[in-house]
Amino acid sequence: MSSTATQEMNLHFRVKDALGAAVVAGLVGLPMLGLTTRDGASGLEVQTRWALLAVFIAVAFTGRITLQMLLQRFRLFSKRRLRARPTSELTGNGSLVWAGAACVTFAVLLPALFAGNRYVVDTATTVLIYVMLGWGLNVVVGLAGLLDLGYVAFYAVGAYTYGLLSTHFGLGFWQCLPIAGGLAATFGVLLGYPTLRLRGDYLAIVTLGFGEIIRLVLVNWGDVTGGPNGISSIPKPTFFGLPMQASGDGPTFATVFGLDYSPGQRVIFLYYLILVLALLTNLLVSRLRRLPVGRAWEAVREDEIACKAMGINVTNVKLSAFATGAMLAGFAGVFFAARQGFISPESFTFSESATILAIVVLGGMGSQLGVVLAASLLVILPELGRDFSEYRMLLFGIAMVVIMVVRPGGLISHRRATVRAPGGEAKP
Amino acid sequence: MNAAKPLLSVESLTMQFGGLRAIEDLSMTARAGEVTSVIGPNGAGKTTFFNCLTGFYKPTRGCVKLTHPHHGELRLDAMRNVHVARVGQVVRTFQNIRLFPRMTVLENLMIAQHNVLQEASRLSIAGMFRSKSYRRASEKAMENALTWLERLSVRDIANKPAGDMPYGVQRRVEIARAMCADPILLCLDEPAAGLNPRESAELTALLTALSREQGIGILLIEHDMSVVMKVSDHIVVLNHGKKIAEGPPSTIKANPDVISAYLGEDDETSSRHEAAQEKSAHA
Repeated sequence: MSSTATQEMNLHFRVKDALGAAVVAGLVGLPMLGLTTRDGASGLEVQTRWALLAVFIAVAFTGRITLQMLLQRFRLFSKRRLRARPTSELTGNGSLVWAGAACVTFAVLLPALFAGNRYVVDTATTVLIYVMLGWGLNVVVGLAGLLDLGYVAFYAVGAYTYGLLSTHFGLGFWQCLPIAGGLAATFGVLLGYPTLRLRGDYLAIVTLGFGEIIRLVLVNWGDVTGGPNGISSIPKPTFFGLPMQASGDGPTFATVFGLDYSPGQRVIFLYYLILVLALLTNLLVSRLRRLPVGRAWEAVREDEIACKAMGINVTNVKLSAFATGAMLAGFAGVFFAARQGFISPESFTFSESATILAIVVLGGMGSQLGVVLAASLLVILPELGRDFSEYRMLLFGIAMVVIMVVRPGGLISHRRATVRAPGGEAKP
Repeated sequence: MNAAKPLLSVESLTMQFGGLRAIEDLSMTARAGEVTSVIGPNGAGKTTFFNCLTGFYKPTRGCVKLTHPHHGELRLDAMRNVHVARVGQVVRTFQNIRLFPRMTVLENLMIAQHNVLQEASRLSIAGMFRSKSYRRASEKAMENALTWLERLSVRDIANKPAGDMPYGVQRRVEIARAMCADPILLCLDEPAAGLNPRESAELTALLTALSREQGIGILLIEHDMSVVMKVSDHIVVLNHGKKIAEGPPSTIKANPDVISAYLGEDDETSSRHEAAQEKSAHA
């Protein structure tokens, strides 16, 4: 191939690649930048900011191209990357990585972009809780292929663990986090064990029952859980021991850093806290996926009998998937309890399980980025619909049906291999 | 070879499903470094026999002994399928291909080495931090996988989803995957089904080479007689769950019972067959 032809092809791919980035930027930006809410005459009003969105997309497009050019100039992109481009299974891959990086950058910058807009940061925190839950359930449903309709039970276990330990024994957020994770994982194994031989619909029914059992125990065991009244005045998490409040017994976050106290600080702190937890979750799950245990999860999803013939202990594989998923839900539950300050069985109904499952299915089973997109969609769509609340669930349902018709495999159905053979046409 | 104890010895194995006796009083042996074929018409109990060997079924009576180089004599009939594969190193393939379709060919081969890798990853903790021992183990596993990919000439599709490959290629990948699991006895259930004549010929050469070079025993269920006659050192013929003949290919080819079982009987053999059926009805 002559050098001009190579360059032409490079340009072609780069433009295509940048267009991909622009599309993703548009999708992400539409709800976050394109639409905003203001205080109007009659409560909150939705306003559009198309100009800002257009700028955002343009920046993503040009930024992506410039970055590629720079990398090319400094030979950071080795030739193998360009050679790998044409293979169909890899074209989507690079842009997915970039889209992921873009999402993380956006998430980190979000409180600065919307400084003072408490509503946006609060909603983003909710999105991140669902992202974390989605990533956890992704292990069970997306990777191991075990349809779990009672996932919210583990979320509840985490939330109540923190709620009870903090109000009765004065344990802090950071002490409760591992305890709740461990406890939720134990419950995961407890649920997993009797369901080992079940598949598909039958497994779904049993897990559904398990979710309801946990909720009913929470409702009826009034002495311990407070019954339907729940647990209130759960302490907020601290910043390395510094509480986020106006004044306290010792130093507070505001006094130590010489800031004027404002309630917004806590909102932003909680936002970053869940962001860190979610990113750690992502790191954990994507690492695990590439380890033997993660590959075994997927192998069990694909063909259990073949796994047994290969000498893989399917019991352990399934239990580890249940335990890992449950542990992550437990972490999310602790955060949820700490953020709300109040928990009751109301928060852990079947519809929560269904929402989390919808996030995983909508995002594309097993796809980490898909979960982010789906969680954003599922939290933000109902928020946007607040003005016409009667039709909100209807629109929500239609949106989900449309997505599943247009993209039956979920928003991102691309599966990334856990290992790649070196050399040949398929260099990573 | 014949002097040593046989690798696998099956003694009066019976498998009964309710009123149906799928295998009746079957005894046979298979040796390391040899290909032993199990043939017979449809419904003769061949696949049931494999399921009994590999712990997928628990035999009603009889025993299956494996002479393992490290663990001594193992009773396969008393072991669960996972342990047959893991401890006994008896690896099987399936009549209908059972690859992990959405995973890549290379991933399929890595999963076959799951137990070694899982141990090296020390409950995933060492693996999570990419410890030296884990990295070494996974490099070795990768090397092993690549060797078998080359050997089965599927190296170029290593990164493609296994389920997207044509049938003949999937058959080869399945054998590569089985070999990655480090078997001492490889049980192949109709590996030539659906292959074209050229692919069958390649398979024949491969099986002979595998048994000779690796010194493993190969147990083969196959309908394609051109493959069976070329590759087998020893043939066991089943019909209605019973062994009707056993021996090297040359004698099996000439055996009138075998011919009648496959082709239906002519007048001479019909009386003998009726007698056999009567006997089975009594039993």
